[in-house]
Amino acid sequence: MTLLGWSEHDLGVPGRVLPVVTASHPVLSAASERVDAADPKVTQLAADLVATMRVSPGCVGLAAPQIGVGWHVFCVDAGGHAKARTTHGTFALCNAEVIEATRWEKAREGCMSVPDLTGDVKRATRLVVAGELAGSAEHVVVETDAFEARALQHEIDHCEGLLFLDRVAGAHAVFRRRVYR
Amino acid sequence: MTLLAVTVIGHDRPGIIADVTAGLADLGINLEDSSMTLLRGHFAMTLVCAGDVPLGQIERTLAPLAADGSLLVTVRSVPAEAVAEASGNPYLLTVHGGDRPGIVSAVTRVLADSGGNIIDLTTRLTGNLYLLVAEVDLPASVDTDALAGRLAATGADLGVRVTLSRQETDLL
Repeated sequence: MTLLGWSEHDLGVPGRVLPVVTASHPVLSAASERVDAADPKVTQLAADLVATMRVSPGCVGLAAPQIGVGWHVFCVDAGGHAKARTTHGTFALCNAEVIEATRWEKAREGCMSVPDLTGDVKRATRLVVAGELAGSAEHVVVETDAFEARALQHEIDHCEGLLFLDRVAGAHAVFRRRVYR
Repeated sequence: MTLLAVTVIGHDRPGIIADVTAGLADLGINLEDSSMTLLRGHFAMTLVCAGDVPLGQIERTLAPLAADGSLLVTVRSVPAEAVAEASGNPYLLTVHGGDRPGIVSAVTRVLADSGGNIIDLTTRLTGNLYLLVAEVDLPASVDTDALAGRLAATGADLGVRVTLSRQETDLL
């Protein structure tokens, strides 16, 4: 189970679609615990995250705190997104850290856990992240850019107890969310 | 629970927001949405808050702030407005160019004629440069290329550059 070949089917357990918690739930503002990526409970959590992401329209990533679990696990799938360049398909990472972040650009983000607001946030468009794959616990280094880089930073932030609201670019950079299309 | 609109405008100094909001908090009034900024050096606050306090009592509480004439404070009750379920698409409108009367009215009239709803608008005058930035909700039925053309033509008549661009949001 390597990064590019990763699939939720390799986890070997069916994912459950769980309710997404929203701000101001305290789990979203607390730093998550690091996990043992080989722990079957972490495998189940990863499967649940992917299943919940899959049924959420437009959702390209989901972190454990968003389903109420304070563990350092998230999944992403930026494949097929119009703004994506490099992508690695679907994968779930544990204990992920940003190793290198460069070429910062501002863009507007929305989040399932902050359903009524959007905000302009600066993120690195060139990114190196290290972590462990859920399921195999294999240590991986992900080099990516553009939209997938933004998604990874957003999800790692969730695991650190940060929302995009903590990083908005200014007092006039938060907006009432309109309808996503 | 009554919804209240409070406005404060006047000479800026450190502590106005702390003073106004402390007065409201002491009355058990809860702040909801607000906008506070400096407009050409004047402090300007508009806030909507909720509480069960007679207007007269709020006015008396805030009266000391306006006593020296440096601030104008108003308190009104307002009806609750449903936050509109926007059906349109978000766009960013920018206008810049040499200052002259009528820029805002001409440009916003073009938007209004297309059913565009302005969600947020800021203007700044620095030297002779006039700048307008607005968040606009456009109905899905609007031909945005044609609207952008009409806005650009209106801008050209006024000697200003008008740009309409889709405001995209990445759902993460």
